[in-house]
Amino acid sequence: MSGQTTVENAAAAAGHGAEASGAGMPQLDFSTFPNQIFWLVVTLVVIYFVLSRIALPRIAAVLAERADTISNDIAAADELKRRAVEAEAAYEKALADARHEANAIVAEAKVQIQSELNAELARADQVIAAKAAESEAAIAEIRKDAVKSVTTISRTAAKQIVAAFGGDAEAAEVNAAVAAQMKG
Amino acid sequence: MSEQATQEASGLVFHPLDQFIVKPLFGEGPIMWYTPTNVTLWMGIAVLCIIGLFVIGSRGRAIVPTRSQSIGELIYGFTYKMVEDVAGHDGVKFFPYVMTLFMFILFSNYLGLIPMSFATTSHIAVTAVLAAAVFLTVTIVGFVKNGTKFLGLFWVSSAPLALRPILAIIELISYFVRPVSHSIRLGGNIMAGHAVMKVFAGFAAVALISPLSVAAITAIYGLEILVAGIQAYVFAILTCVYLKDALHPGH
Repeated sequence: MSGQTTVENAAAAAGHGAEASGAGMPQLDFSTFPNQIFWLVVTLVVIYFVLSRIALPRIAAVLAERADTISNDIAAADELKRRAVEAEAAYEKALADARHEANAIVAEAKVQIQSELNAELARADQVIAAKAAESEAAIAEIRKDAVKSVTTISRTAAKQIVAAFGGDAEAAEVNAAVAAQMKG
Repeated sequence: MSEQATQEASGLVFHPLDQFIVKPLFGEGPIMWYTPTNVTLWMGIAVLCIIGLFVIGSRGRAIVPTRSQSIGELIYGFTYKMVEDVAGHDGVKFFPYVMTLFMFILFSNYLGLIPMSFATTSHIAVTAVLAAAVFLTVTIVGFVKNGTKFLGLFWVSSAPLALRPILAIIELISYFVRPVSHSIRLGGNIMAGHAVMKVFAGFAAVALISPLSVAAITAIYGLEILVAGIQAYVFAILTCVYLKDALHPGH
């Protein structure tokens, strides 16, 4: 009974004769084979043309373009990196040169300053020596003047003291006495 | 108890193979070779899905791909590498051919897993045509490329001379069994999986065992998702292996 309903169901569902092996496998229903094969061939042809004419070339182009872009970018990055390294080297070189030059300038300036300084010092020494000699001369003069003044004052004073005591001093005598005293 | 279950089962719709019946889409009547059937419908949906993924998905030709373009590129790269690795560098010109078979089987397998759908690859008529196409391609390419040297595939020159005729017979048989195993492996796997799910679905109507049945359907559905992918991959990679034999018949 079960088998019979199966056959009926299958037949009703399949819409064709019960020779469709009923409870058996629809896979072995040969009457549907031409239909399936026909549509399969149509499907495969459509898929093949869609893939081989449109999809696969497009994807291949996209992948190639992407690979190109990536390699180009990497090359550009390498180039930039190389340039940066070059720039750094140039900078380092310029820095070293500048430092070297600065050192040379400093040394030169030092030498120049030293020579100028020496010259100035020598000139200053000369001037100082001249001034000192001049001063010494002046001092000697002043001292001489001072001695003369003292002598004069002493003579005058001695004459006046002698006169005050009521003596009449001989000028020559007083002068000789003062001179003797001042030597003593 | 068991009798009751049987009765219940027989009272239910319990025909695990009904899902494979080829029906006309419009009305009733005999199925002629041109009749639009559910086969046509589901193959058409497969074609649309393939177009959607590979043509519409990649329409932007973006350097930075969108999601669908990325999936398309992934499948493209995967298949391309498979063809190149297995069939060799000169096998790459068969890439669109392998891709066509792979994509058709992959999409049909997965579309067949949608409930109430129709699994076109569960039919031996379909898988046999696919396998026959591969077999014919391999044989024709083998003879065109290598001439009679292609027969060296059956003459194992590394074996002792006495064994060679015996090996030749074995190789010859295995060569002609290839399309059979190639087609039945795919069709059988898909059919068996769907039938098992339907059997468990029939048991789900029996209250006592329905939780078990639903759990089993879930588990088998998961397994079938795996099988759908693996069988498509196996079919494609075997195609590549056979193509390698055709291009380089030496062992």
